[in-house]
Amino acid sequence: MDPETSFFETPAPSRFTGIWSWLLTTDHKRIGLMYLFAILFWFCLAALLGGLIRLELMQPGENFMSPELYNSAFTLHGVIMIFLFIIPALPAAFGNFFLPMQIGTDDVFFPKLNLLSWYLYMLGGFIAIAALFSDGFPDTGWTFYVPFSISTQTNVSTAVFAAFVLGFASMLTGLNFITTVHRMRSPKMGWMQIPLFTWSLYATSWVQLLATPVVSITLVLVMVERFFNVGLFDPARGGDPILYQHLFWMYSHPAVYIMILPGMGVISEIIPVFARKAIFGYKAIVISSMAIAVAGSLVWAHHMYTSGMSDTAVFVFSLLTFVVAIPSAIKVFSWVATLYKGAIEMSPPLFLALCFIYLFSVGGLTGLVLGAAGTDIHVHDTHFVVAHFHFTMFGGTGFAFFAALHYWWPKMFGRMYDFKKAYIASILVTGGFMFHYVPMFIMGLQGMPRRYYDYLPQYASGNFFAGFGALFMILGIGLMFTNLALSFRGERNALSNPWGGVTLEWQTASPPCLHNFDKEPEVLDYPYDFSGVVDGPKSS
Amino acid sequence: MSLHRISAQDHESGKKLGMWLFLYTEIILFGGLFVLYAVYLTLHTQDFIEGGQELNRIFGVVNTVILLVSSFAVAASITAVQQGQKGIALMGLGGSIGCGLIFLVNKYFEWGHKISHGIYPNSERLLEGADGQNIFFGLYYVITGLHGLHIIIGITVLAVAMAFVISGKVGPNRFALLENAGLYWHLVDLIWIFIFPLFYLII
Repeated sequence: MDPETSFFETPAPSRFTGIWSWLLTTDHKRIGLMYLFAILFWFCLAALLGGLIRLELMQPGENFMSPELYNSAFTLHGVIMIFLFIIPALPAAFGNFFLPMQIGTDDVFFPKLNLLSWYLYMLGGFIAIAALFSDGFPDTGWTFYVPFSISTQTNVSTAVFAAFVLGFASMLTGLNFITTVHRMRSPKMGWMQIPLFTWSLYATSWVQLLATPVVSITLVLVMVERFFNVGLFDPARGGDPILYQHLFWMYSHPAVYIMILPGMGVISEIIPVFARKAIFGYKAIVISSMAIAVAGSLVWAHHMYTSGMSDTAVFVFSLLTFVVAIPSAIKVFSWVATLYKGAIEMSPPLFLALCFIYLFSVGGLTGLVLGAAGTDIHVHDTHFVVAHFHFTMFGGTGFAFFAALHYWWPKMFGRMYDFKKAYIASILVTGGFMFHYVPMFIMGLQGMPRRYYDYLPQYASGNFFAGFGALFMILGIGLMFTNLALSFRGERNALSNPWGGVTLEWQTASPPCLHNFDKEPEVLDYPYDFSGVVDGPKSS
Repeated sequence: MSLHRISAQDHESGKKLGMWLFLYTEIILFGGLFVLYAVYLTLHTQDFIEGGQELNRIFGVVNTVILLVSSFAVAASITAVQQGQKGIALMGLGGSIGCGLIFLVNKYFEWGHKISHGIYPNSERLLEGADGQNIFFGLYYVITGLHGLHIIIGITVLAVAMAFVISGKVGPNRFALLENAGLYWHLVDLIWIFIFPLFYLII
């Protein structure tokens, strides 16, 4: 196989060259990389914002941000991280690149729609930037609660319109993936032979498809209220502001499952490869993915225990929240059971996956503190919540994103990075992460509120200490991305299967050719059958 | 290159699957508004009933009939294309687009009538009147407004389909695009079938 004829050299449609061979491509791999490039930009920007916020908080009082600027800063940090990084990162970058390959086909079902999704994503990003100017970025928090989001003079309408456009990109990608999985699988690949990353994307796609329209209409209503003052959420005119919260969280809770399910899919791919052992409980992981998608759509009001809704509602949502923890725990058990008595080979992807398992478990367990109504009353809107969702969204999805980068990097670019720097970076990020967010659990329990630009003197030392954690994290992330970038200095000579994986993407060249496969890929009876890779069980 | 090709049947059914998936998103989009309606109906039942009586039932019935006829016309045009009857197909599509335009004209008169009577978002009459009436008419404008926007989108989609029938890109062997356009129009019709009783027939 000629190493020069990868998809980088062969554009599709073939008549375009140069920048147009990227901007007008219908090749899912190029689209995935274009998403990746933009996603990395947004991640770095939002991380920088987060760093500035924590820098402001390192000392009490107003340091270099006015209260209004602080409010806009955490709103912007949330909006970018959630809508422009965490939700799209794994599906749009790695899903686009690898889902067709994992099911043995040459593209998604609607390639032009795929390109349109990318343009909508980019457009949403530009509209969000536009909201930074004139009246200033919203100061409402990324949740845009009424009545403040209707009355504040900042650019709420522009910002929510950006989120609306981004929602379209998300829905169309979900639509594309569902159709692709249903109609384009290799003939020998039945449903119970689909790799777990693809399964996780399938479950995610249903949530993207069905939950996003709820936030779309909610954001439209914010714009309508700002322009026409209908009064649908105004108690003085017959409305109920709590209904806004219900509509908002009806999407935004399932959204966190959009964020985590693909991350769990990545971990389910990495663990078996580096344990040289079939994943434990393949069926359980499949069923639990779909169960999380369904059950996760029923728990939204656990964000609203203190909103004034009825005790019955509080009870029901709390119960359902405990139910949805079960399928997530099943996955953690499966991953650990996979490692047990496996022939483990350490690698940067595995190290990051292990960090994921620990950090996500902490996040999930602290979610129970929040899910239980009694304890939630004390920690609602405190830094406990901030720490919880950073453990799940950053320690979870963020680390899964890093793991996916390190796992699939050689396949995407044909180059391998330096392992030592990768390990050092991962340790810096993980250590910095713990030092940054664990103090927030403690301060939250002690009563420090979230979204305040200042705090009482007793929280000063915790915030100061946490700031150093942020510094190590940022250094670690900088080293990680630099290390990955340095891999481009070398030759494009990575093996087609450097890790010994058995899913179909490892049966192609690194990077793959335009149509992914030279010949029909060999579909195993069981997707995690490593008998071809190892010679037999190793004695310990 | 010997990668398996998906069958033509899978290709056609895949396009339809994609359209159905998109329609689910539209249903949920309006669903959010119907959720608001349901909650507020419970909170302001009497005001909703009185608001409903202020709406012109004749307009409502006429618009319902118009959309049902237009849906029939689209369905007929699909059958016509399948049988190679291009002229009838174009008449069907043209008729359905015409019906859609008449619907929009009716909507213009209906809204105009209400607005001239001081019933519009944030109007004095609504602000001074009962809270429930403000909500009823607020929902009326938002839901029928969003629906009207979808009628415009549907007309555009049907016009594109019509252009493709004329140029021959849609024909007896390739009509997935027309079927999908028809599906979209049926959805827009279906949403109106929900709107009509909720606003015009509430007693």
